[in-house]
Amino acid sequence: MTRVAVIGAGCTKLDEHWDKSLRDLSTEAGVLALKDAGLEGKDIQALYIGNMSAGRFIGQEHLAALTVDHAGLTPIPATRCEAACASGALAFRKACMAIKSGEYDIVVAAGAEKMTDIKGTSAISTLMGAGDQEWESAVGLTFVGLYALMTNAYMREFGLTREELALVPVKNHKHGLNNPYAQFNKEITVQDVLNSPLIADPLRLLDCSPITDGAAAVILASERAARKFDNPVWVLGSGQASDTLALHSRASLTEMLAARVASRKAYEQAGLGPDKIDVAEVHDCFSIAEVLAYEDLGFANKGEARKLLINNETAIGGRIPVNTDGGLKLGHPVGATGIKQIIEIVKQLRGRAVTQVKDAKTGLTHNVGGSGATALVHIFGSE
Amino acid sequence: MVHSSIPLFWRLRKAKYRLEGTKCRKCKSVFFPPRSFCSRCRRKGEIECFPFSGKGTIISYTIIRTPPEGFEKQSPYAVAIVKLDEGAQISGQVIGDLKEVETGKRVSAVFRKMYEDGPQGVINYGLKFALTG
Repeated sequence: MTRVAVIGAGCTKLDEHWDKSLRDLSTEAGVLALKDAGLEGKDIQALYIGNMSAGRFIGQEHLAALTVDHAGLTPIPATRCEAACASGALAFRKACMAIKSGEYDIVVAAGAEKMTDIKGTSAISTLMGAGDQEWESAVGLTFVGLYALMTNAYMREFGLTREELALVPVKNHKHGLNNPYAQFNKEITVQDVLNSPLIADPLRLLDCSPITDGAAAVILASERAARKFDNPVWVLGSGQASDTLALHSRASLTEMLAARVASRKAYEQAGLGPDKIDVAEVHDCFSIAEVLAYEDLGFANKGEARKLLINNETAIGGRIPVNTDGGLKLGHPVGATGIKQIIEIVKQLRGRAVTQVKDAKTGLTHNVGGSGATALVHIFGSE
Repeated sequence: MVHSSIPLFWRLRKAKYRLEGTKCRKCKSVFFPPRSFCSRCRRKGEIECFPFSGKGTIISYTIIRTPPEGFEKQSPYAVAIVKLDEGAQISGQVIGDLKEVETGKRVSAVFRKMYEDGPQGVINYGLKFALTG
């Protein structure tokens, strides 16, 4: 089976793009990725696009066809992948598998979401479509509510304090200060987090990722095709796993089993462990999610994630810098996020990131759908 | 808006109004929300109706202050994950004083209005939880 490499990457600014539609955003990201790879549209053999809920956000289904149409790529096959906020990484994994099958040599994996065409409360309800409609949404739960339930359980079980939890957005805002693609470029303090309004106790506004429009695309190539390009970034491992759709059905509220299983598979494929990862992008949709990710990915033992935060081990210059582009706090166009994370790791491994980790050789992405019902972990290497 | 329709509520009425879940006669696993297929015994399982008492314990909770569509009038409100005494876990609103809601507290299910589907729509009823001690 062939190895797969990323040979091009492009991302729109993560923002409230009132002047651009979903088709504009995905085309923009795709063109940037092709330009980065030095390819033409005619070189692309298939497209996979991650998107959570265009049907509810903009009333548009059949998104893959729309995307290839507007990118001028017809008649290549186009497939939409959906796993809520993990749709992007899912599209990436499907694109990898399509190449590994031997069917194609050059494929686009993209992600896109247009979230600001509807009002805020509608967006909250739409996002809740990733939970259990009959038994979670129906009682008035929101996504921040689900993560707040995990936060309370974690704080109670492991003694994490509210101040310690605030270190997650403080670090990520600092990392993203100079990121030109970020929705916000602003340093914040622990006090700012604690003074921001409560959204779902104990989570506050600055613990939450924003509502964002954006698209991201990467070009994938088989080993024989990738050899002709500069700086290919190799996909060393890909893991995907599932858990119960509803949070209340899980045995533990303080870990994501799907992320644990997906990361184990990815590490196994890559033939390396968490101690060999130089930089990681994790799915910090709400502050607690990054805390759980440290433990689920094996960066910390269970209940000990706080130590990484307190000792700045996940900050730039630390043992394992996490979310060097600012993470999801600085923009979370749900279907695009998984690809956006991969792009940051690709930049890191090419040595071209805005907030560069010195000599980064291996990187990891962790993309979660819903409250943990889907998780995908990918591991990348410069060799 | 929460996805709701009259057929949906009619279909789920026994579970939503009476807390009827299911149980596998083979492995004794209980399911709420009800499952029609035992995830442990799979095709060998024998699913039967199993009514829950509605009594349980809060294992985590939150106060929703930015509500989704349809719940604006109730905000802020408490939602908890409740471990039912018979063994399954469920999400539900907890009524009463928000300051009294805590992990570990005992609750009991009560029949309440859930939300309205707009001025012309149906009024949806269901179970919430009341603190019992």
